[in-house]
Amino acid sequence: MTNEQITYKNENYPYQSEDTDKRKTVILIRDVYKSFGDNHVLNGFHMKLHEGENLVVMGKSGSGKSVMIKCLVGLMSPDRGYIEVMGKEIANLDRQTLDELRSDIGFLFQGSALYDSMTVRQNLEFPMRRHKEKLGVVQDTTPLVLEALENVGLAHTMDLMPAELSGGMKRRIALARTLILKPKIILYDEPTSGLDPITSKEIIELMRSIQKKYGTSSLIITHDVDCARVISERMILLVDGINYAEGSYAELSASKDPKVEAFFKK
Amino acid sequence: MLDLSVTKFVKSKLVEPIKHFFVQIGELSFFAGRFFKEVFTPPFEFKELLRQCYQMGNRSLVLVGVTGFIIGLVMTLQSRPTLIQFGAVSWMPNMTGISIVREIGPVITALICAGRIASGIGAELGSMRVTEQIDAMEVSGTNPFKYLVVTRILATTLMLPLLVVFGDLIALYGSALVENLKGDVSFQLYFNTVFDALSFGDVVPATIKSFFFGFVIGLVGCYKGYYSKKGTAGVGLAANTAVVMASLLVFVVDFIAVFVSDIFYEL
Repeated sequence: MTNEQITYKNENYPYQSEDTDKRKTVILIRDVYKSFGDNHVLNGFHMKLHEGENLVVMGKSGSGKSVMIKCLVGLMSPDRGYIEVMGKEIANLDRQTLDELRSDIGFLFQGSALYDSMTVRQNLEFPMRRHKEKLGVVQDTTPLVLEALENVGLAHTMDLMPAELSGGMKRRIALARTLILKPKIILYDEPTSGLDPITSKEIIELMRSIQKKYGTSSLIITHDVDCARVISERMILLVDGINYAEGSYAELSASKDPKVEAFFKK
Repeated sequence: MLDLSVTKFVKSKLVEPIKHFFVQIGELSFFAGRFFKEVFTPPFEFKELLRQCYQMGNRSLVLVGVTGFIIGLVMTLQSRPTLIQFGAVSWMPNMTGISIVREIGPVITALICAGRIASGIGAELGSMRVTEQIDAMEVSGTNPFKYLVVTRILATTLMLPLLVVFGDLIALYGSALVENLKGDVSFQLYFNTVFDALSFGDVVPATIKSFFFGFVIGLVGCYKGYYSKKGTAGVGLAANTAVVMASLLVFVVDFIAVFVSDIFYEL
């Protein structure tokens, strides 16, 4: 792999990479800016996620990765720029349409975000409340809950409370909760952060098996190089609010650019 | 140099707190406005509302009961010697009845609930905000404002008047117990005298203002928790400031309620 294959944005701004991937685009981010006071987090970020693709966005802590992913599901609004998910521009959607769209997007939060006051079963049932038509669920939600829990190997935890689970188990349950609505896209916000190396590996394997089983498109936000190496088809390095470099893991890890190199140094 | 430090001092100690106060009032008003907008639009979260009513009502019963009992007991014990001095001890049921039903019962119950419920809501929602549970709810297609905020404000608004009635009755019982033990007044005679002394104008305004007390307690607790920031420290801060602000607003609402009901008395 040569450095010429890597596309750098820093010198040729505004950069628009040539899209050679023929798969359908499910997420399109164009020229997105977001600031918090004087802190300019995103400075014209671009990104495309294709159907069935595993895209990893890497960046240092506070580089705006989580802000970007939250803008995608309407949890935050960008100051300016264009965000399109499955052909719909997020900024123009009313509450109902946005909620319908969200049922096609699974979101795995950094800290799992399980509802403390509910059992595992209730946690999994919660997203179904507003999307019964999509799932065709009538009365008994047990088979769906069970299927989602079996996918993550935790069928026996159905009646436990989140406080009774370990960090890794919580992450798996959270993953099961995102799967319950059978999403077409899954957004992972730091899926391995705070986990030991063995549990991290298990989570990464789980993510791969889910992608294989359901053919979902995955956008993974991480600063875990091992996670990126195993799971990514394509990577974007987010530096100073822009996509600084883009390419496969092999291409980027061989780069001699100091800023890119810094990500891969052990 | 001195001028500059004086300006800085005035700005930090006077201008900023005043500005912060008005910003809070503005935000709280918007929050209340959003509540009224969301409360009448479907989907309605009846199950969660019932759960919250149970949590707030049932679980506050013991605290309100014990406090009410002690207030009734102490109030009667403290007033008795003075009333005996003036030969007016027979007015004890009237005095305690009216003061408990009109003022002491609602305000004390509201303050207890501001301490227990507002801080509880502030801490619960604050921790949900910090751990991204509210975001998770939003992403799953459930309106978290409707599910978490509307249900809690409605629950406190509905439960507080019931708690006030319960607290009043227990306080009167405490008072009757003292009268029974010290003055040989039967419970029946005590309660008959109390209910004879109470009029429509004593009970209705007190009940109405209890709804408002419940509303501000729920509103402040939810507002502080829902917009909690700064991680786990922010959760503690949300709980703390919720109690302070709710207690303060209870007195403000009480003042307005007494002022308004006085106008009606005069008419």
